[in-house]
Amino acid sequence: MKTTVALSLILVSLVSYAETPQQIQKSYTPTANAAKGGLLFHQKNTVNEKMAACSSCHTENPMNPGQHAITGKAIKPMAVAANPERFTDPAKVEKWFGRNCKEVIGRACTANEKADFIAYLTEGR
Amino acid sequence: MKKLTLLLLLGAALPAFSESIPLPTNTPKSYQGECASCHMAYPPALLSSGDWKHVIDSLDHHYGTDASLSATNKQEISTFLERNAGNVRRIGVSAQPTRITQTPYFIKKHREVPAKFWQDPRIKSAANCEACHRGASKGVFSERDIAIPELRED
Repeated sequence: MKTTVALSLILVSLVSYAETPQQIQKSYTPTANAAKGGLLFHQKNTVNEKMAACSSCHTENPMNPGQHAITGKAIKPMAVAANPERFTDPAKVEKWFGRNCKEVIGRACTANEKADFIAYLTEGR
Repeated sequence: MKKLTLLLLLGAALPAFSESIPLPTNTPKSYQGECASCHMAYPPALLSSGDWKHVIDSLDHHYGTDASLSATNKQEISTFLERNAGNVRRIGVSAQPTRITQTPYFIKKHREVPAKFWQDPRIKSAANCEACHRGASKGVFSERDIAIPELRED
């Protein structure tokens, strides 16, 4: 019995670590605009020739697997409908917004942009 | 006795032929998470410890990217890399900037690969080991296991 209780507690604690994309989106802003997120995803920027847009690595269709524009490393799809692991770990989400906004757009993304981006990639779920 | 000598000789020769360079079993999660998101988790044995130090010390301009790490991850990853680095007498020292593909060892191993192969869009970059070595992520770099058939030489 004690073991069962302990196991259930462990399970509960594990589950509470993972979040849903909606929860993460809401942690940036309560409302989001998926269409704007789509524009951001496809927008061509000028700071990085090899990585002009998110789609440079993640392809024009986020349901597809991507490929790192420089190293060629395979990247799992960005769309939650194709890859349910996306946007479930807040620290990972924040880390990659931090790196990729700076690298591709040339500045940090705003909370609104992050929420819109998640909303776009969560569409169809 | 002769048999034993032969077996011992074979045993000594095999590691050189099979080209198995796996990741150490104690590879920290941070190495996979921080480094292997953008490129393969390169086996630390492919660079000498001095060259790994150069890589770690210049992460803010890592081949055109800011790959800076948190202090904790940086400490963990640099300790791991330097502890498991390759023997400098085997790998040699990379030309600058430091790259696995610029070590005398890598160059010698790939000297028979014609330049046009490196330009193939399926390869993209010499950093993309897995484009040709399909077992690369498991440490298998055998010449007999090249993924792109027309790039195989008879």
